[in-house]
Formats: sequence, C-alpha cells, structure tokens
Amino acid sequence: MKHTIAAMVENKPGVLAKISGLFSARAFNIMSLTVGETEVHDVSRMTIVVKGDDKILEQVVKHLNKLPDVIKVIDFKNEEFIERDLMLVKVNASKASRSEIIEIASIFRANILDVSADTITLELTGRETKLEGVIRLLRPYGIKEMVRAGVVAMSRGRK
Amino acid sequence: MKLSGSEIILKCLEREGVDTVFGIPGGSVIPLFDAIYDNKKIKLFLTRHEQGAAHMADGYARASGKTGVCIATSGPGATNLVTGLATALLDSIPMVAVTGQVASHLVGNDAFQEADTTGITRPVTKQNYLVTDVGDISKIFAQAFYLARSGRPGPVLIDVPSDIQKAECEYDAKPDASIRGYKPSMEGNPRQIKTALEALLASKKLLIYAGGGIISSGASKELAAFARKLNAPVTLTLMSIGGFPGTDGLFIGMPGMHGTQAANFAFQNCDMIFAVGARFDDRVTGKVSAFAPHAKIVHVDIDPTSISKNVTADIPVVGDCKSVLKQMLVLLSAKKKMPDYAPWLKQVTDVAKKKPLCYKDDEILRPQYVIDRFYQITKGQAMVVTEVGQHQMWAEQFYKFDKPRRFITSGGLGTMGYGLPGAIGAKRACPEMEVIDIAGDGSTQMNIQELATAKVYGIKVIVAILNNSYLGMVRQWQELFYKKRYSGVLLGSQSSKDKKYWPDFKLVGEAYGLKGMRIERKKDVDAAIKEALASKETVVMDFQVAKEENVFPIVPGGAAIDQIIDMS
Repeated sequence: MKHTIAAMVENKPGVLAKISGLFSARAFNIMSLTVGETEVHDVSRMTIVVKGDDKILEQVVKHLNKLPDVIKVIDFKNEEFIERDLMLVKVNASKASRSEIIEIASIFRANILDVSADTITLELTGRETKLEGVIRLLRPYGIKEMVRAGVVAMSRGRK
Repeated sequence: MKLSGSEIILKCLEREGVDTVFGIPGGSVIPLFDAIYDNKKIKLFLTRHEQGAAHMADGYARASGKTGVCIATSGPGATNLVTGLATALLDSIPMVAVTGQVASHLVGNDAFQEADTTGITRPVTKQNYLVTDVGDISKIFAQAFYLARSGRPGPVLIDVPSDIQKAECEYDAKPDASIRGYKPSMEGNPRQIKTALEALLASKKLLIYAGGGIISSGASKELAAFARKLNAPVTLTLMSIGGFPGTDGLFIGMPGMHGTQAANFAFQNCDMIFAVGARFDDRVTGKVSAFAPHAKIVHVDIDPTSISKNVTADIPVVGDCKSVLKQMLVLLSAKKKMPDYAPWLKQVTDVAKKKPLCYKDDEILRPQYVIDRFYQITKGQAMVVTEVGQHQMWAEQFYKFDKPRRFITSGGLGTMGYGLPGAIGAKRACPEMEVIDIAGDGSTQMNIQELATAKVYGIKVIVAILNNSYLGMVRQWQELFYKKRYSGVLLGSQSSKDKKYWPDFKLVGEAYGLKGMRIERKKDVDAAIKEALASKETVVMDFQVAKEENVFPIVPGGAAIDQIIDMS
C-alpha cells in the first residue's frame, strides 16, 4: 500500500537529514519525498510517500511526530486530498513521429518546453496515474531523459 | 555586559543546576575550559577517555535523576562520545553533551580534528544542535535541557565552534525554551485511563509489567500502592529493578531471556498485562508470536512510538507513568469491590517457590556466591552499577533492590565498559552511598583507564571483578548453542599448560595507586568484602571465580519465553 503524508517542519539546516535518517534507521522505504517553503517563512513542508502496511504507516507517523523539529504531521489516509507530481520528459521525435507526440501532449495537457531536430521535451503535471499513463504512451518513441519532482499533496476543502 | 560564548555556556549550566561536568579538553574547546578554570560552582572531572566522560555523566544522571553533562573536543573527542550517547538514548537517560567544533569558517573543510558531529550523533541523540550564532547559545541550552529531561528523557548534543565560544554578546538569562514541535503528553487522556482501569479490573489474571518509565518518572510509590491495592504480581524489566521492592511478596522477578520461571510463567498464563513504562523489548518477549497468548494488553507509556511497536496494545494510554498511575489510584479508591487475584497470585508464587533462582553452593568460588555475599554484608543498602555480560545478569538475580536508582546498568545498548565510569558518576551524585561496580574481566578492561579518575578525585567505588578469563556470556552461548566451539572468547593464556591470565587486576589497582586484592577461595570472600567496604579509596577486587559458570534460566534467542533452559 502507498501512503501520502505531509510534515510541517522547522526550516533550518539538518532537518531533512533527521527525517531521512528516521526512515533509513527503521528500514522504511520512501517512494517520494519533496520539500518546499510554505506560507510561513520559517516552516517547510515535506510530502512523503511511503510503501507499507497500516502498521508501518502508524509507526512512521508516530516517529515523525516524535521529532522535535517536526511541527505537525498530516496523514492523508482518511482524507480527501489533492496530489500532484511534475515531470519533464525528453522524447525522441523524428519528423515522422513529431506530430503524434504533439497530439499526445495536447490530449494530456502537457506543455512543450523544447523542440530540437530529433527530440521534444514535455512538461506534465498531474496525479501519478496520469504521469504513468503518458510515460507508457511515450515509451515506444524512446524516452531519452526523464525527471519527476515528486508528489505534493493538500487536503480538499477548508481543512 | 557582554559575555563570551564560553561564559554564557557556563551561565546556562549554572541556570540548570549543574554542579558537575565530566570531560576532556582539546584544541576546539580550550576557550570553554578556560572559562571553567575560574568557575566556582561547577566542578570539572577530567576523565581519561571521552567515553568515560559520557558514561560518568550517564551514571550521575541515573543515580541522581538530574541531567548529566559531559564535554569533549571536536573530531575524535566527539566521536568517542558516540557509544555513551547511544547508551543513554536506549535507556532514556537525561544527558547534555557539549562538544567543541572547529572554527565556523573551517566547518566542512576537512580541518584538523574536524568531524561532522551533528551528522554522526543524529541517530544516537534525542536532538542535536550546531550553534551558528553566539546569540543562540542561551536559548539552545534551555531547549537542550528541557528536551533531555522531559517526555521520554534522552541525550542531547550541542556542537559549538571554537570561534563562537570566544565571540561575545549579551547573556539572555530567561530565554524561551518552548519548542513548537515538541509537546509530550504528560497527563494521559482521562477517559482512556478510565477505560484502561475498567479493563484491568475485569481481568482474572493480571500481571503488572513495569519498566524504566517507573524510574524516570519517579513512580515507585504509586506503582507499589497500585500493586498492593490490587494484590497482583509485579514483574520488572532490567531498567526498573528497584522500582518496586525486590523483597516484596508480590515481586516475581525479571521476565525474559534470563528472567525468572515465575515471571515468564506469568506472562504466558495471564489474561491481562498492565504494561507501564516498559517497551516489550525482544529480550523480554522472546518469540513475539508465542508471547502471552491469552493476554489483553493495557500499555501506558509517554512515548507513543513504544506503543504497539513489538506487541499490539489493546488499550494504549500515552502519558507519564506517575501521572497516569496517580489518576488510576484516585479512581481505584472510589471502587467498592476489588477483583480477587489471590488464586492467580498463588499460582505464580507457587512457580517461584518450585523453580527459584539458584546456584550451586559448593566449595567452588562461584560468581553468584560473591554477589550474594555482597548483598548480605551490605544488607541490600549499596548502589550496584554493572558492566555488561553474565555478571550483570547475576547481579540482577542475586542482589535485591528495594529502592529505585540503586541498580544502574546499561540495559538497552548493553555497553561493555559502562560499569566503572558509570559507578564513578553515580558515586559523585550520591557520595553517601556505597557504590559497587559488579564487573567482568572482559568489560572492565574496556574503560579501565578511569581508575585514574577515581584515584585523582578520591572517588571511592568497589570494583568487584568476577574474573573467569572469558567473555563469559558469549562463551555460554557457544557452549549451549554452538557445540562448545569457543571462538574468540578466551581472555587468558591460549596454552592449556600455563593457566596465566592478564592483566593481574590486583597489580592494576596498585599501579593506579589504589587498593588491589585477589580472592581465590570461597572462605576468603567475606573478609575481603568487609575490607573493601572499610577502605577509604577505590578497591579493585579480582575474584577468581568458576570459569564455565552459566546464567540460568536462559531462553534461547528467538524462542518462546516458556522454552526455558534451567539448571539441571
């Protein structure tokens, strides 16, 4: 099972190491981890996607809460939430295949960031399933390079 | 008035009531040691190894309940603290370590004696800090002491670059120590406490299983009142020995690998475990799937990560042991009818009577006998600190403790080399107590240099070495589970002809200007103990005990706790 958790943490050096150390010390597997600034200047927000059963998730949440540098933990397990990942992907594009790739990009609302004689670079935002769908469609053309930013998540509604 | 960073550090230590620091100077902490030179309120104990300093601070904390403090320099000084920090972390001991760091402009430069101290100590501390501004020192120290002693206590490290020790600023006497991400739940949820108590009272076979949380929260009185009110059996983990009187009729010994038959029987046959400040360590549970098959579990702990970690709790209560027990006692006093645990208690104590802890009391000088004699002669009134190994288990088994903070041992990490410095720290905290370091010949040598610290500062401890020329606990495992293939455990001569052993501990004691003794015969034990007790300075006692004595009972690693091998 995949779980998405967000942690509001002190925005200072060493905190990321403390959090990643927490995971490695207990052999919890991180699938994705992102960090960024928030509306509060000295608070960073991490979004962590972990794989494991409910028991592991419970321990992860408890251990995060235990760290003095972690201000708040949101477990999205029982919540309606929005999640997005960002991907840049550079695909082989010959004269013959270029228009097909542009068509895929437009169906999935990807931005075309760069075009060269034999490549196209797309930018795509969406849920993981959407990104994976596009990757499947682009693979036959030959993916030269790909990078994903990792998942960010937020609760729906007023919460 | 502006003060230097070093002066501010000492102000902060004074503010926290620190009267003792253990440490060794080095290039990056000379400014701090320079400030200590003039300080009248804080006594510095120069140790002979930084590990010794860390264990002394730890022993001081365990004996007194206060926060222990140690100081080391950058690089090797700091890395030498690591074992001591890990020891304190696993046993939840409040400690603050201050390390010097290379000057700020050199950090990250592979400078002389530079190590990434906060990086290295992150997994062995509750929290650590690298000071980047002299103006932060006061607040960081306030937070560090608050973190070290509150919630589940633990070690905190503060790394201070040498230029920051010299930089000056105004001293903030009352900084805000609050940490927005840290609010330990002390009281516990009253409704959950009520539910927990109702569940306990609905049981027929209740076992009270108390751990180190009893000691750190100072809940011995409450625990005793609770157990006596219910008349239910009590088992204590290694960390809480003395947290309930060892001579009380309700006490059934320690559970687990080297636990009593009665305690393990109680776990396997009870219908309710009241776990309070204990963490279901693997040395207690044995094979988890076969552990306490009939029991429901109420688990009180201040650390939520300890609850449902190894064994799932039916009713968790997150809170301080003392506070929760107090609330339960109030609720109990309103109850008219108490459950009757007498038949269950009898069942358990019958096992204790039939299968007590014992040893062969013959003409041979056996290690258990030595501990037994220490217990009898000191009338159970000494403070016992141990090294780690067979002697540690025998000390737990054959010296009985009626008060908390009298049995001091590295339980979680199992740190050989803890005993001697731990004992010195404990003695500094409780100078009126007789402190006995029950030691093995293997462990003792891991920090034996601290005999010099004991000598120089006139700190008297009795180092009782149960010398069997082996790393005895590993030898025992090799005897029982590895077909007697004694690999890497013999500390004496490798030749079967000459029975020599090194060092000669009597001479070692004398070399440090202390009293050294060698005891080879059983009949000499009493007189030797009395002589050691009468001595004004540290005594090194070399008891030449039976070489291949085993700790019984023993539950093999990974087996269920009712799969017990006992004395035949």
